[in-house]
Amino acid sequence: MGPGMVPIEHVLVLAGLLFVIGLFGLMLRRNIIFMLMALEVMLNSAALAFVAAGARWGQPDGQVIFMFILAIAAAEVSVGLGLVLQMRRQLRSLDMNDAIRLRG
Amino acid sequence: METLLTAVPLLPLASAALLLLYGRNLPKPLVTGLGVGSVGLAALAVLSLVMQWQEAAGPVTVVLWQWLSVGSFSVDLALRLDQLSLIWLCTITGIGFLIHLYSSEYMDSDDNYSRYFAYLNLFVASMLLLVLGDSLLLLFLGWEGVGLCSYLLIGFWYRDAANGAAARKAFIVTRAGDAAMALGLFLLVAQFNTLNIQDIVEAASVAWSAGDTLPTLACGLIFAGAVGKSAQLPLQTWLPDAMAGPTPVSALIHAATMVTAGIYLVARLSGLFLLAPDVLLVIAVIGVATALMAACAALAQHDIKRILAYSTISQLGYMFLALGIQAWDAGVFHMMTHAFFKALLFLAAGAVIECLHHEQDIRNMGGLRNRLPVPFWSVLIGSAALAALPLTAGFASKDLILLRVWEVDGMGAWLWTVAAIAALITALYSFKLVFVVFFGDIQTEPSHQPGWRMSVPLALLCALSILGGWIVLPLSEVLPLQAEDPAHGAIAIVSAAIPIVGVALAYLIFQTRQLDVSAVTESGGGRWTAQYWLEGWGMDRLYDAVLVQPYARLAQWWRGEPMDRVVAVVTGAAEFIHHQLSTTQSGRLGRYVAVLSAGLILLLTLMLLRAFA
Repeated sequence: MGPGMVPIEHVLVLAGLLFVIGLFGLMLRRNIIFMLMALEVMLNSAALAFVAAGARWGQPDGQVIFMFILAIAAAEVSVGLGLVLQMRRQLRSLDMNDAIRLRG
Repeated sequence: METLLTAVPLLPLASAALLLLYGRNLPKPLVTGLGVGSVGLAALAVLSLVMQWQEAAGPVTVVLWQWLSVGSFSVDLALRLDQLSLIWLCTITGIGFLIHLYSSEYMDSDDNYSRYFAYLNLFVASMLLLVLGDSLLLLFLGWEGVGLCSYLLIGFWYRDAANGAAARKAFIVTRAGDAAMALGLFLLVAQFNTLNIQDIVEAASVAWSAGDTLPTLACGLIFAGAVGKSAQLPLQTWLPDAMAGPTPVSALIHAATMVTAGIYLVARLSGLFLLAPDVLLVIAVIGVATALMAACAALAQHDIKRILAYSTISQLGYMFLALGIQAWDAGVFHMMTHAFFKALLFLAAGAVIECLHHEQDIRNMGGLRNRLPVPFWSVLIGSAALAALPLTAGFASKDLILLRVWEVDGMGAWLWTVAAIAALITALYSFKLVFVVFFGDIQTEPSHQPGWRMSVPLALLCALSILGGWIVLPLSEVLPLQAEDPAHGAIAIVSAAIPIVGVALAYLIFQTRQLDVSAVTESGGGRWTAQYWLEGWGMDRLYDAVLVQPYARLAQWWRGEPMDRVVAVVTGAAEFIHHQLSTTQSGRLGRYVAVLSAGLILLLTLMLLRAFA
């Protein structure tokens, strides 16, 4: 481990914290935009863990996976935002609990 | 001869088919012609068979076609005529024709005239198949056929619910015996792989020795069928109720022919029954017990037809007694003479009933001797034959049975005593009928006299009831008979004297009233006994309590669909779980995520514990 390099444990703790923050945001928030943002945080925490692991073992795989996650996050956000627009139009609300009538 | 033999059952069958299909649209004279004529032609055919019998070397068999063939087991539809079936043929077609002729007047005003003759012809055809069948299967077909016709004719006036109940009772009670008989047939098929009567008797006498378990079982089961059909203890309860049908039906089916099918079955399989001496003993004991119990019950009846019904049961008991002590010829002889005089009694009773506006209670009859001379002489002669007064047909056969019973080793004296007591009671009740109905004061004025179609059969049957005793039955070739004639000692005189004593008692009690029996009959015990006998020894109440009511309760219970409650546990559990699980589908994403993460954490924890433990 060279000078100025951040130890991997720190990065993993940071990733874990980000993941938990995202998870709680997803669980507790009711506004769909905040829920999507929380999802982004969780995806990014996972991506961070991949990048850190790739750097630790000197392998490119971590960065490759990061690219994948980036693509998936973009796709997810585009679909999610489309849903947000529809929800706004149909329900005149962004509260997820107002969409509860969709259940079977 | 073969053609003639085939024509005998075919004629009534064809007439029955025609009447069932087109009877409603046919003019009444044509219906009469078909119904009476077909049986008359069959009787002529039988007469011609009897004439030709001397020329025939032995039994005649006509194979019509192969009925069924399964693997190595096959049954032919074949008719077989020998002396035994010839006797039944004569009885069925001869008496059948007279009763058909009588019916054409008796049922004249009935709306369902053609239906009546269709059923009656179908009955004759079935009965002829029964006695002509070469295999037990064909015999069983005829057996069930006569049972069906009996059911249809007992319930002929079906608008009265009681008649329907009587018909169902007759059908179901005899079915109990038939089920046992079918089991007996299955046993024979399993043992010998054939149902041909001759083959079975031959094979059985080779394969089995007397007293083995299998012949005892087979004969016992087959005898159970005979018990049901011939109304013996303990299945006799249906016959008194069967009187709900028209009176000629009672004469033909429930006195002369169908109820003697059990006698025919046992006599036909005599070779088989000889291998089961225990069953023969049971037959004799059941026969004599039935003879006594039914005679007592007949003494207590008020309905003229029920008196005759119980006396039929009693006389059938005599026939089974004769078969049980291996006096086969005496049993068959009594079957024939009984057919004469019981048909006569029933037809005469029918004439009385019809002329008295369908009055059946003998307490409302009296003094009809001069008013209705033809029925009077008929009932007098019939009762004399039933009581077995000397010089009548009934004496010839019943006396033969009593003498043969006396000669049996061991049980003989006991059986004779019971049979003699029953004979005394028979004479008592049959002449009670004569004295109460035809002597004394007039109670109900008759509306008209019976016409010729009723009087001619009565006259012919009167002649047969007297002269029938001289007919010699050629049975030595078909039945295993003992050759010697019964000894004529003191016992013959006693046997002959018994009915005379009975008639004298009846005269003193019911006619001159010199012998006052009111002290006995009016006492508490006497009243109770009379009521008990009136109800046929309480057998109906017993069966009602033991079988009918529990069955009705079971049916009532099943009507509540108890199986559905078992199924409902399954559906109820499914519904409960469904409701519980559907609450988890709240639609709140936060909860889903929480449960998802909790599950994930649980799985991870388990994996880590495994990895490090």
